[in-house]
Amino acid sequence: MSLPLAPKPAIRRFHQARWDEPVIFELSTPGERGLLVPAVEPGVRDAVGDVLAELPAGLRRATPPALPEMAQMRVLKHYLRLSQENLGADLNVDIGQGTCTMKYSPKINDQLVATPQLTAMHPLQDPADAQGVLEIVWRLERMLAEISGMDEVSLQTQGGSAAIWANIAMIRAYHEANGEGEQRREVITTIFSHPSNAAAAKAAGYEVITVHPDADGYPDLAALKAALSPRTAAIMVTNPEDTGIYNPAITEWVDAAHAVGALASYDQANANGILGITRARDAGFDVCHFNLHKTFSTPHGCGGPGSGANAVSAALAPFLPGPRIVRVGEGDDARFEVRDAGPQSIGTVAPFFGVVPNLVRAYAWIMALGADGLLAAAETAVLNNNYLLAKVLEIPGASAPYARGRRRIEQVRYSWQELYEETGISSEEIGVRMSDFGMHYWTSHHPYVVPQPFTLEPTESYSKSELDEYVAALAEVAREARETPEIVRTAPHRQSVHHTHHDDLDDPERWAVTWRAYLRKYPEVAARLAGEPEPAADASAA
Amino acid sequence: MTEPSAAFVHPYLPNSAPEVRRAMLDAVGAASVDEFYADVPEALRLDRPLDLPAPLLAEQDLARHVRGLLAKNRSTEERLSFLGHGTYRHHVPAVVDEVINRSEFLTAYAGEPYEDHGRFQALFQYQSLMAELLAMDVVNVPTYDGYQSTATALAMAGRLTGRRRVLVVSDVLPEKHSKVHDFVRVHLELELVPTAGGTADVAAAAARLGDDVAAIWVETPSATGAVEAALPALATAAHAAGALLVVGTDPIGYGVLTPPAEQGADIVCGDIQSLGLHQWFGGAHGGFIAVADDEALVMELPSRLFGLASTDVPGEVGFGDVAYERTSFARREEGKEWVGTAAALWGIAAGVYLALMGPVGMAELGELLLARTRYAQQRLAAVPGVRLGDDALHLREFTVDVSGTGRTAAELVAALRAEGIEPGVVVGEELLLVCVTELTGQADIDRLATSLAAACGTATDRQIPQEQRA
Repeated sequence: MSLPLAPKPAIRRFHQARWDEPVIFELSTPGERGLLVPAVEPGVRDAVGDVLAELPAGLRRATPPALPEMAQMRVLKHYLRLSQENLGADLNVDIGQGTCTMKYSPKINDQLVATPQLTAMHPLQDPADAQGVLEIVWRLERMLAEISGMDEVSLQTQGGSAAIWANIAMIRAYHEANGEGEQRREVITTIFSHPSNAAAAKAAGYEVITVHPDADGYPDLAALKAALSPRTAAIMVTNPEDTGIYNPAITEWVDAAHAVGALASYDQANANGILGITRARDAGFDVCHFNLHKTFSTPHGCGGPGSGANAVSAALAPFLPGPRIVRVGEGDDARFEVRDAGPQSIGTVAPFFGVVPNLVRAYAWIMALGADGLLAAAETAVLNNNYLLAKVLEIPGASAPYARGRRRIEQVRYSWQELYEETGISSEEIGVRMSDFGMHYWTSHHPYVVPQPFTLEPTESYSKSELDEYVAALAEVAREARETPEIVRTAPHRQSVHHTHHDDLDDPERWAVTWRAYLRKYPEVAARLAGEPEPAADASAA
Repeated sequence: MTEPSAAFVHPYLPNSAPEVRRAMLDAVGAASVDEFYADVPEALRLDRPLDLPAPLLAEQDLARHVRGLLAKNRSTEERLSFLGHGTYRHHVPAVVDEVINRSEFLTAYAGEPYEDHGRFQALFQYQSLMAELLAMDVVNVPTYDGYQSTATALAMAGRLTGRRRVLVVSDVLPEKHSKVHDFVRVHLELELVPTAGGTADVAAAAARLGDDVAAIWVETPSATGAVEAALPALATAAHAAGALLVVGTDPIGYGVLTPPAEQGADIVCGDIQSLGLHQWFGGAHGGFIAVADDEALVMELPSRLFGLASTDVPGEVGFGDVAYERTSFARREEGKEWVGTAAALWGIAAGVYLALMGPVGMAELGELLLARTRYAQQRLAAVPGVRLGDDALHLREFTVDVSGTGRTAAELVAALRAEGIEPGVVVGEELLLVCVTELTGQADIDRLATSLAAACGTATDRQIPQEQRA
């Protein structure tokens, strides 16, 4: 007898779960209940009577909402099946979403935030009853002040873009306080900074000037200087940029901004590779933000909640949002109080203290690593990135435009332009095919400055063998693009659904953002679901 | 430069083992990690370790430390809480926590509609379930919170009308007003129209309308929990002036209350924390914006919208982004405001909540909240010296005026806290905002009334006066 163990295939024969799970409304069975609600107590009813009968005319809902009626386990099963049709970061070699720092979110941190001592805390309880959570938030503020070199920190914004908004809102308030609000109407950013820098500045009322890199991909100092003027309110830049290139002239950028009276705002979305290496304040920045869901490990939650952290110099501190947490006393006598932000504050940017569970997670992550650990994380992330760069460049047809022969920091924006010219297979098509191997893959923010782009960011969380595995899958798809391009063009083949048609999503006559809109726009489907005879029209038109 | 971290092996860092590190460096022809930082000027290099607390490297030490800090908290499970003011203590069904703690959902981010089919369907369903509750055809993937959704809804009204004035006809949470003001102030001016008896003064609002008004902004329930009964009149007046009716609301009551869309609202917005999310010290909010399926309105939404799409297989339906070109992802500053990481997981949670509750659960909950709110109003108004802040219909929250007790609201709060009760939020020198939910039963409300009476220096009559019976 033998029980031979054959080697596993070099590339996984992945297949996503396919449960053929209906849209939840199709699962409704009249009369089923998923949850019961306590009855109105007899004593309450005796005292108040029939509150529904006494509602003013017009306030009582005429028709109940058409929510599904489902027993509890059916709801559970439906959503668990949907979860299986979702490729979370814990299952994926999730290096394909460059700029988003998809690092490991430690499980212990999820356990820590699930305690009723956090989940059941109301933000307006007696601060004496909230000393633990207030202390954690306060400590995290101080840690991020040290990591950024800044003086004060606010943790209220719920994501990176929200933090960018707070940055520009503080800058706006600062200039207004100095009587220069009317004069300074422009914000300068770079094309390889996150689009929300441009978009939030526009939303705050500014004209946006976007500086493009020099021929070698480095931020162009001459172009910046040409754009700066007494009308400039701020520069808002990422560094390293989404190309993974660190701007070696960053001090000159900040100095040039300051020379015209503008402020310098630093989007630290890509800070993961420079923790403990270099700090925003040391380069002269006035304000910066971190994404705690990127650099500090909090889970991404299918697109949030994340958490922002706004850090500022002393000069900008009066403009921070509120409320503020302050420590009173020292040592064992220390206690934490909640105070209004001062009169120059931009006010409230979000309810209360921000995404508190993620603040606790970020605190725990830093405490698990300490200063040596943060540096090791940064260096490992950068080692991984440069290792991955070398491996990707071995794939024929792949390239890394700009800064050729130089090292990158946290991620690289690559290009399949050569492969595209050879095969006609686009980066988007390659990305879809990568999903068949159980890998997520992303192209780039728009516009595509790098042609046929893809952006990989390995972070510190993935082992060498996992990086090799990802590259092997990329190489396999590139091979397919040359040898069996139809497989790539018609992908995905091993997913819960097949290639979808975007024209349904861009036509106001056809798009269906909700089930009720779908049934209204496609009456033949509604009729079939209602058990009515089908009209002649093709029910699959949608 | 030496590498202090070269031998730092940590469970979160697979490639921190020295041998692996060396092999990877060799593979790229680098002598040390330091080479990768060649573009960082020497003057900017931090020449010392970060000054951070010593790490707790063993997981059990970390857990003990964090749990030790959190153990200093006394939660609303240990206190009897009547706190609201934007964050509400509702029951969180176990199935909601089970689903959103699934690793596949919790750790996912921005996958395509293929590998992340489940996320797209779950959020499409969230949009759809909210749409039924709100009786509107378009709902966004959640934005950050109700403050942001309201700020954006008003900004949308400004863009749609090309006008600048907004009439604020309800009592708004001061913090929410602060956020909305700073968000829209370049484009819009918020004008407060004082409320009458807790709700909108329709005549005063109508008198302020003009062809420069972009929107009437109503909050229902208001910051004091008052339900606006005059939405149809406000809608008529707004529409006659070419303005939009923007209604900020909490969806919790729409199992029994008429949704604003059926009373003339053009944009409905608010927060979803009530729908299956823990209080989390105010850290679990998500914002919804709902509009009719009208291209002009839809194209002003900054958020992502997930919609149904046909696939290569006839009869199969997948998902994708509707009208992506609206967004800052597609067009940077030429998109509508911006879109980014916001509150998707909370949207999935709210969807699971609504699926569990169903139409009957939401109706029963709505009735229970109305009944207990009325009961609490009666019990507290029966305390000598205490009277209701207004006579409006209230859902879940209401104010009491304690000026007749000779005590300030803050003094009464301090007295009740000493008994383990959080009686409400101080919203004025002599005004207390009290919140009841399905988690505060008759006995809890009775205890509040009794303790409040004692704190006022009197004993309450347990009989509710006849004239205060509904």
